[in-house]
Parts: sequence; structure tokens; C-alpha cells
Amino acid sequence: MDLILSFLIQAAQMAVVLALAPLLTGFVRKVKARLLRRQGASVIQPYRDLARLLRKEVVLAQNASWLFRVIPYLIFAATWVAAALVPTFAGGLLFSWTADLIAIIALLGSARFFLALAGMDVGTSFGGIGASREVMIASLAEPAMLLTVFALALVAGSTQLSTVAAVLATPEVGLRVSLAMALIALVMVALAENARIPVDNPATHLELTMVHEAMVLEYSGRHLAMIEFAASLKLLLYISLIACVFVPWGIAAPGSGLAGFALGATAYLAKLAVGGFLLAFFETSIAKMRVFRVPDFLGVALMLSLLGTLLLFASRSL
Amino acid sequence: MTDIWEGIVEGKRAEHHHGWPRFEVDRDGWTRAGEALAQGRLIFAGLWGEKAAIHMAVLAEEAGKAAVLTLACPDLTFPSVGRLHPPAIRPERTAHDLFGLVPEGALDLRPWLDHGRWGVRFPLGACEPAPADGVPYAFLPVEGESLHQIPVGPVHAGIIEPGHFRFTANGETVVRLEARLGYVHKGIEGLMQGATLARAAELAGRVSGDSTVAYAFAFARAAEAALGIEAPPRAVFLRALMAELERSANHLGDFGAICNDAAFALMLAHCAVLRERVLRAAEASFGHRMMRDRIVPGGVACDLEPAGAAAIASLVKEIRARLPALIDLYDNTASLQDRTVGTGILKPELARQFGAGGYVGRASGRAFDTRRALPYAPYDRLTFEVPVMQEGDVNARVWVRIKEVEQSLSLIDQILELMPEGPLRVEIASPGTPVEAAAMVEGFRGDVLVWLRIGADGLVERCHPRDPSWFQWPLLEAVIEGNIVADFPLCNKSFNCSYSGHDL
Repeated sequence: MDLILSFLIQAAQMAVVLALAPLLTGFVRKVKARLLRRQGASVIQPYRDLARLLRKEVVLAQNASWLFRVIPYLIFAATWVAAALVPTFAGGLLFSWTADLIAIIALLGSARFFLALAGMDVGTSFGGIGASREVMIASLAEPAMLLTVFALALVAGSTQLSTVAAVLATPEVGLRVSLAMALIALVMVALAENARIPVDNPATHLELTMVHEAMVLEYSGRHLAMIEFAASLKLLLYISLIACVFVPWGIAAPGSGLAGFALGATAYLAKLAVGGFLLAFFETSIAKMRVFRVPDFLGVALMLSLLGTLLLFASRSL
Repeated sequence: MTDIWEGIVEGKRAEHHHGWPRFEVDRDGWTRAGEALAQGRLIFAGLWGEKAAIHMAVLAEEAGKAAVLTLACPDLTFPSVGRLHPPAIRPERTAHDLFGLVPEGALDLRPWLDHGRWGVRFPLGACEPAPADGVPYAFLPVEGESLHQIPVGPVHAGIIEPGHFRFTANGETVVRLEARLGYVHKGIEGLMQGATLARAAELAGRVSGDSTVAYAFAFARAAEAALGIEAPPRAVFLRALMAELERSANHLGDFGAICNDAAFALMLAHCAVLRERVLRAAEASFGHRMMRDRIVPGGVACDLEPAGAAAIASLVKEIRARLPALIDLYDNTASLQDRTVGTGILKPELARQFGAGGYVGRASGRAFDTRRALPYAPYDRLTFEVPVMQEGDVNARVWVRIKEVEQSLSLIDQILELMPEGPLRVEIASPGTPVEAAAMVEGFRGDVLVWLRIGADGLVERCHPRDPSWFQWPLLEAVIEGNIVADFPLCNKSFNCSYSGHDL
């Protein structure tokens, strides 16, 4: 019975991230539009876009290889699994034992690797530019992310997300400088990973400045739908991740009743809304940086996470 | 009276050429003028062909004089000026495309506007059937290790005009940019031949949509100079009012659009609102948002609507109230400043060599403004400053625009105050003998030149509208060299050259 229940909860979690991801994207766009004094599209526009893309015919470049056709599904699957591993409204899920931060990074890293491959597959210059920029960003974002994970692991004694969340929710952890550094580093990495301003501009039409969009320029129809969906999922994943690690309150403990789940779900929605609003606000108040400034930006993230880790080591040995 | 052209330009002064003098020179005189351009004693202001002649407009900037030089070329050849003075290269290629005039000794004889899609060669000259097999366009070769090419356009992802940009890059660094234009060639010059003045004025207003007032203004001034008539004083003031409204609208739009290309959409949102206010005030005043076809030879087509003056006055008040906050926002957003300051630097020498007008020239130390250099009514009676900066980067071009908006607002105030009552237009009669004239007007991009010949029957024989973009496009190529690929949109937007005005 327990097994069935936990299976159901895990399935619910997977469905929830899938259902909420486009909504979050739509919400961020809506807030941005309102901040610019525009009406903006409805928050459910991303669902309509996905439905439209799924209906549309796929146009493939003549020299597209099988890889080009398979990659959208790979990216979507990897991102969905990664998003399903992050505790959203309930901890201690069936897959929790695999919900390791390093596994999540690996899943997202694979997705990115395949996307960069797809960008180069057709051989257009924009795909190549996008792929090379993406890999440059990744080469700095991933180490920063890993160091952040180490900082968290040192505090929690585990890289398993449920455990990290549970430990960080306890009052013993208290306020730590190292955790603040890890938070800032993680936010910076999240901005870079999700192709947001100031690293990339998700709404640009300028081919020459694109990073993520340049790689997916050749995609259309259901392939593009998969990639867009994966991008939405990734945004949801990062906001959920930051929320679950740094604001872990409200996450339903394993075995809690219906009320616990309801509380967890409400808290989760509130966290997403706050995260989405902050993202939109930040994006509105800053210009995009020059491509060669991105390493500086991510270098700061790397240094902060390194410093956080070192501080934890130092405080341990005292 | 000492003639400033003496010693620089030798030739017979053409009769019936008004506004500026026109000299009929021989091949030596033509070449010497080319040398004077190369030495910087004259500024190149345009070159255009005719069936068996080639014309060139030159400015003596310090003296505030301009002239047209004509070389008769019965054998369809003329000594290349582009060989001596690079800004003339593209106009010469165009003269070849349209008229079949061959610039002798030219370094670059590739077609420019002719993409081999017209079905004919030299449509305004011999008009012979084009060979069926088009020759592929040869981009300039670039050699070196690990270089790659990025072709961009002519169809772009945004809703902008078409143009092809061929980047050769080393990683992210641009080694060379070569633009290929001509995709919006509409045959304006061909349509104007034989058109009535009214029709030709409409065509002039459609050369470049965002500068429709400037073009109609320049055309009307050229026509009036040729016919020896003068627009009534009220019409002259109304023209300037429209020109300043157009300038403010475009500069405000550009201000926002440049920031938007650095992904700072907030500025675009605010500036778009202000631009929209200007357009609505124009609609309320003149019955058309862009004020198209409102300036006609002989005067203006419509008076200021009764509600218009009030609408414009409140518009000026609103922009004055809201612009400082936007300037503060621009100045205090470090991430935005990081993008614009020091990006896309245009050297003052280059700006001077190419005679770059408008904000492009004035951001690089070239203080040329037609309203000041070759003053025309009513600007000779108005006070304004010509903002000049030395830095030549994107930031300077933004600042010149901002300051020009402020100047335009002050000009609008003065115009509303000084505007006399009176008739709006004078009748136009046929000249009875062929007459010619050239006129230059300051559009928002820079100096718009119109050269016009009206036949004895009052129909247009030949008209050449020259956009300031002719001398700004080549500079964009120079500016991006050594910059990174991702900064091109920002540099491009800060130039905001016209495709349509250039492609004719």
C-alpha cells in the first residue's frame, strides 16, 4: 500500500512539473510585459504555443541527420526526469534515492551536450555560433554549480536533495555566510543556464546575439515543441531547486497526510510565483552583457561557490 | 566677389541651374575635383548618372557652399572618382548599373543595385536585355587561418528591411563585414522620369518612409528653386514644424530601439510611448501620422488643424517632463552603459572623409548640419545648437540623438511662436525652358540631397534623391571591424541607415 501511495505521489510530482512548467514561463512573460506597461499575452499562451507547434508540420533541413530528429526527445526526457527528481511539494519520494544533485547536473549536462550537437548538425553558421557560445557558458556554469552542490553537501552531509532540504529546514543550520554565497552563485548559474538576461535574451530576434535560440533556429513543429517544453521545464527545475534548498519550508515530509500535501502544494506555488516575479523584475532592470563578459559573470559565481565551500571547510576544522 | 570655386573647379557655369551652381567640366577638371576630394578640400556629396553625362555634388564645407559638377560622357565612360576617393565607389557602381556609364580605372566594377533580376541591363540607359545566366556576386576575398563566414540576411528574424551582411569572423571577432544592398530597389528614379511635379513629389516622399517629410521638403525646395518661386512664409514654417516632429519621433524611437538591442526593453517601452505621442500629435495637426504628402512643391498641402497647435504644445510639455527621467535611466544603468560606451567607434577622420551626416557624423566630431551649413528658411531665423561629440561610439550616437530631440523641442516652440498667418501655397507654372536645381535638407539621418531637372513642359526630366545612408553604410563596415559579432546589432541600430533610401 505504501509503495502504491509513494508511487502515486511520485507520479503526481512528475505530472505537476509537466503541467506547471509552461504556466511558469507564461507567468514570467506576463509579469515582464506588465512591468513594461504592456498588456502581454495570457499566462496560458505557452500551452497554446505548444499545442500549435505539435500540430504543425516538421520542416527538416536536407542534410539533417537522425541525431537532429532524435535530440529533441532526448532533451525533453532528460530535463523532465531531472525536474521530477527535485522535491517540489513533497520530500522523500519514491525516486528520492536517485534525486542526487550530481545526477541532476549530469542529466542537464547531457541535455545541453545534445542540444549543442543538434546546433552544429545542420551546419548553419548560427547553429555553430550558438553551440560554441553555449559550451563556453557551460564550461563555467557547471563547475560553479558543482561547487555550490559541495557547499550544500558539506552542510547537509549528503548530496541527496530530500536530505539536503530536510537538514536545511531545521533551525540548527541557522544563517551561514557560506550558504548565502552558495545561493547567489546558484542564482547566477540559473540565469546563465536558462538563457535569461543578462547572459542571453529569450525574446530576441537578433540572430547574431543569440545563444540558446541560435541553436534551435532550425527546429520546427513537434521538435521545437519538445525543446520549448524542455526549456520551460528547466526554468521550473531551477526555481524549484533554489526553493527546495534555500526556502525548504512547507515541503511535505514523507508520510504526512493530505493536509501536509495541500500545504506543500500551496507553499510550492507561492515559491514559484515569487521566483518568477523576481526573475521578471531582475530581467527588466538590466541590459544584456557582452558575450565576453559572461565568463566574468560566471567566474564570480564560481568564486562565490568556491569561497562558500572553503569557508565551510575552515569552520569545520576550527 | 571672389568665387570660392576658383582654383578647385574649372568649367562653364550651366545656365538655368539654381540653388547651387553647376559646372560643366572636362575630364581633367573632373579628375582634379576627384583629387580635391581625396585631399579633403571638398566633401563628396553625391554622384549620379544621366544618359550621356555624369554628375557629382561637392561641398566646400568651411565656406558653406555646394556645387554640382557635370561631365559629358558621350562614349559612356568617365574617369573614376572612386579610385581617388572611396566614398564614390558605390555611387559609381550604381551609375553603371542604371545607365551603363563605366568609371575608368575603378577598383571595383561589381554590380551594386543590379542583382541580375531586372531582366534588363542599364534600365535607365541603353536598356538592353540582360544575359540569362546571372553571374554570382563575388564577395571580397578574406584570407587567413581559422576564419569563418557568417551570412546574415537579406531576410532577418525581426521585421526590418532586407539587406545581406557577410561577416568574416575569427571566433567572435569580426575580421571583415561586407554589406550587400539593393534588395529594395523600387526604380524611383525611373518612375520619376516624365512624371508631373505633383507625382514626383509623392514619389520623393516614398523613398524612405521614416524620412518622408525630409524627402518631400528637399524635393519641394529643389522644385521651387528650379522654377524660381518661393513658398509662402506660413508654409515654410509648417514645413519646419513637420521636419522637427519627424526628427523627434525618429530619434525617440531609435533611443529605445538601441537600448532594446542590448535587451533593455524597458527603454523601448517608454520611448515607444513618447514616439507614439509625437505621431498622434502629427495626426491631430496634419491629418497623417507620418505627415506624408503634406509638403508639396509650392507650399504645403494642408494647414495646421485648429486642434493641432494645442496638441503639439502639450506634446512638447510631455516630452520635456518625461525625457529627463529616461536620460537618467540610460545614464544610471551600468549594464547598459557597459554595452554602449566604447562600442563601435567611428574615427573622426573616417567620418570626415565620407562626409557622414546626421548623428553618425556629429557623434564623431563632424559638426555638419545642413540647417546650419547651408541654411534654408525658416532655420535662418531660428536659434538652435548643433550637438557634436568626439567619441564616435554607440553612446555618443545615442547622446547626439537625445540632444537633438531637446533642440527640436525648442525649435518647435519657436516655430509655433513665430509662425505667420497667410497663404499656404503658390501656383506652379511650366518653366517654358528646362530648369535645374539642387537642394539639401537635414533629415533625421542627415543631409538629404535632391537634384532635379524640369523640362520645358513642366515634367520631371531627371531627379536624383540621395539618402545620407550612402555615406553611412560603408562606415558601418569600418566600425564593426575588430568588434565582436554579437555587438553588430547594437552598432547597426545606432547607425540606423536606411535600406529603402539607399536602394532607391
